[in-house]
Amino acid sequence: MITLVPYLIAVITSLKPVEDVTKFSVDFGKLSFSSYKYITTEFPFMRWLFNSFVVAVAVTAGNLLFNSMAAYALARLNFPFKKVVFYIIIGTMMIPGQVLLIPIYLILNKLGWIDSYKGLIIPWLVSAFYIFFMRQYFLTIPKDLEEAALIDGLSRFGIFFKIFLPLSLPALATQAIFIFVGNWNSFMWPSIIASSEELYTLPVGLNSFYGQYYQFWNQVLAGAILLSLPTIIVFVAFQKYFVRGIVTTGLKE
Amino acid sequence: MRNRTKTQEYLTAFVMLLPYILSFCVFFAYPLVKAFVISFQNFSFLGDAPPKFVGLANYKEALTNKMFLDSILNTLYYSVLVVPTQLIIALILAVIVNDKVKFKEFFRTTYYLPTVTSPVAVSIIFLFLYKTDGLVNQILRHIGITPRNWFNEPSFVMPAIVSVAVWGSVGFYMVTFLSGLSTIPDQLYEAAEVEGAGELTKLLKITVPLLKPMIFFNTVVSFISTLQMFDLSYIIGGSDGGPMGKAMTMVVMIYRTAFKEFNMGVASAMAFVVFGIIFALTLIQRKFFGEEMSY
Repeated sequence: MITLVPYLIAVITSLKPVEDVTKFSVDFGKLSFSSYKYITTEFPFMRWLFNSFVVAVAVTAGNLLFNSMAAYALARLNFPFKKVVFYIIIGTMMIPGQVLLIPIYLILNKLGWIDSYKGLIIPWLVSAFYIFFMRQYFLTIPKDLEEAALIDGLSRFGIFFKIFLPLSLPALATQAIFIFVGNWNSFMWPSIIASSEELYTLPVGLNSFYGQYYQFWNQVLAGAILLSLPTIIVFVAFQKYFVRGIVTTGLKE
Repeated sequence: MRNRTKTQEYLTAFVMLLPYILSFCVFFAYPLVKAFVISFQNFSFLGDAPPKFVGLANYKEALTNKMFLDSILNTLYYSVLVVPTQLIIALILAVIVNDKVKFKEFFRTTYYLPTVTSPVAVSIIFLFLYKTDGLVNQILRHIGITPRNWFNEPSFVMPAIVSVAVWGSVGFYMVTFLSGLSTIPDQLYEAAEVEGAGELTKLLKITVPLLKPMIFFNTVVSFISTLQMFDLSYIIGGSDGGPMGKAMTMVVMIYRTAFKEFNMGVASAMAFVVFGIIFALTLIQRKFFGEEMSY
């Protein structure tokens, strides 16, 4: 119950008029969606929501494709230095991201990608962890299937797209929701990269809104609900993949 | 013919790995080297002066910066409070939920919700709840505890953040423990019951020993993630680290030095110090838990 109470209070407060926000009691007659309407029409909340969607969807799509491609090469193809590449991928997971933050910022600055969608999306298109995750999954797909397809004249790319990806839907779904949720909630990177208000993602926008309008708790909390709702919906809809993801990977996004 | 297919396979592998290789070079290898170089340079983002080699001056400046040293202590304090609290609560919740098979799904969903909720939203909801005239204080007043501005008092800010962090992530560890519990055979508990063992005995004599590898794994994951805490501290305490800087964490300090003060050289040195601390603590943990590492 303790888990749900903060949400309930946030929802109720977001529906209250501003003079009632610190009152314990609820006057049902006075509840309305006016603070939602206010923040989405008077402030660029819809724009921030849109930015968050564009960035999260693009990052998720990139990861699904690129991680799987790398994983396929590692699981099924032979090439020189294969082991070395594999250990490098594992090794990169051990370096904390803060070390790379400043130089990546400087690189993007040189490229002119600061304050652009490119800067928000491109550095996050592949993930060493999910390459590893997909590789483990691909290793469980029987080799016979692939050999039969090769004899039938299917190319490696054909095998990858027509056999491996369709057979990996559960793993892809797990990866997709973790990456989507992780990116949706990401705060530090977009707050560094997005400097103009039109490019804020919703977490950055809400934090800056809170900084200026913190007395208007009904609106601030309406913004918090708006920010939370998409990931909560994704979670409730795809619960089984979440649980499977945690169980098989023991991962924190 | 054989050679041709071999070359073809190499080529295919290369094409498939290309996005990773590009990303690795541009967003990992080069930045890592660059970060190391910058940490020995007088590198200010502002101004046009070319970077100058300054030896260990940045490290010296970082390690004599009181705010940075405090941020290390604050972060360790945070970790030491969060890790055991959240793992013990998660384990207890998992055991309770596991018994109530009927509502397993419901509880699992409920406890997991905060884990998928944006830390920005979580922080803001708790900023509201912990206000001087907020709900938590209104309840506390009823039991005779003086209302406080939890996030604005130096000695309370970090414990208050800890409570938010535990609320926010206990569900994740609960789900991992739940999956671990499902691997323990029921017969063990039944046998213990026949011998007259109580709930606590069963927990300490059967559950905990059998979950040891998972407890170890979760401790490491939890510990590393607490050492890198940024969001809650930054949103609740700002880039000044809250009241008397008591909410300042190591990563907020790096962020502040790099992107508020634009002192990239010192911030890079700080980042390597933090890296060193995380690395050292992970090694110590590994030693402490000894043979469990095989998991």
